[in-house]
Amino acid sequence: MIYAFYIFAFIAIASAAGILFARRLFHAALMLLVCFLGVAGIYAVSFAEWVAVTQILVYAGGVVVIIIFGIMLTARITGRPTAVANSRWFSGTLLGLGAMGFLITLFVRGSFGNGVMPASDAKFTMVNRFGIELMTDYMLPFEGAGLLLLITLVGAAVIAATRNKNSIS
Amino acid sequence: MIPIENYLVLSATLFSIGLMIVVIKRNAIAVLLGLELMLNAANINLVAFNLAHPERLDGQMFAVFVIIVAACEAAVGLAIILQAYRVFHTAVPDSISTLKES
Repeated sequence: MIYAFYIFAFIAIASAAGILFARRLFHAALMLLVCFLGVAGIYAVSFAEWVAVTQILVYAGGVVVIIIFGIMLTARITGRPTAVANSRWFSGTLLGLGAMGFLITLFVRGSFGNGVMPASDAKFTMVNRFGIELMTDYMLPFEGAGLLLLITLVGAAVIAATRNKNSIS
Repeated sequence: MIPIENYLVLSATLFSIGLMIVVIKRNAIAVLLGLELMLNAANINLVAFNLAHPERLDGQMFAVFVIIVAACEAAVGLAIILQAYRVFHTAVPDSISTLKES
């Protein structure tokens, strides 16, 4: 299992670095898709099956498609692929490496204990437990998330809509 | 069993790469890609800390809600970027400087 973890971690980090060095925005979006799938694999090997499935459905299936829509809609009318210019290489690299050094030092010095294998129960799998908790203890956040999604749907449609100057408001 | 430090180092690396993308790239959609990467890094931490307490599911539950909010943020953010593109004909945040003095 630890080898699977390393393979998925390598995929995620390599494709994330690929986004950083990608010339074209579309390639960056596709590499983000690979990165999301790698992170979903990380979730799958750490007993978070439902989070892995949600990651693939929402991120790889939803967010990446929205981003590709955005790339295509903001492309030049000439049809050339959108190239991304870079700026502030020095300060960006300094900030990134500084944050990485700080976080890794913090994480390696602290002791967080080891992971524990979840007790395998024949009657309730992890996904069963997740569903039961979602419908009992986490009922209010669940409904709140539904309300948030509705507000987002309406808000995004209103913001992105084209308005004629002649039409009323 | 995978030690939790491995997860933490992975998430720190992904977070820093996302931060570098946000600072370096000069396109609003590329900045959004970096933001999504940073949210994913935080999610890895949540799932990893859930491993230390397998009898509870708080971490995984929180990760799922973070995913939901991130999807909302991407949708609204892209709507704003599209509207700004329609007005300013550019997706480069630095060149949208109407509010800036001179």
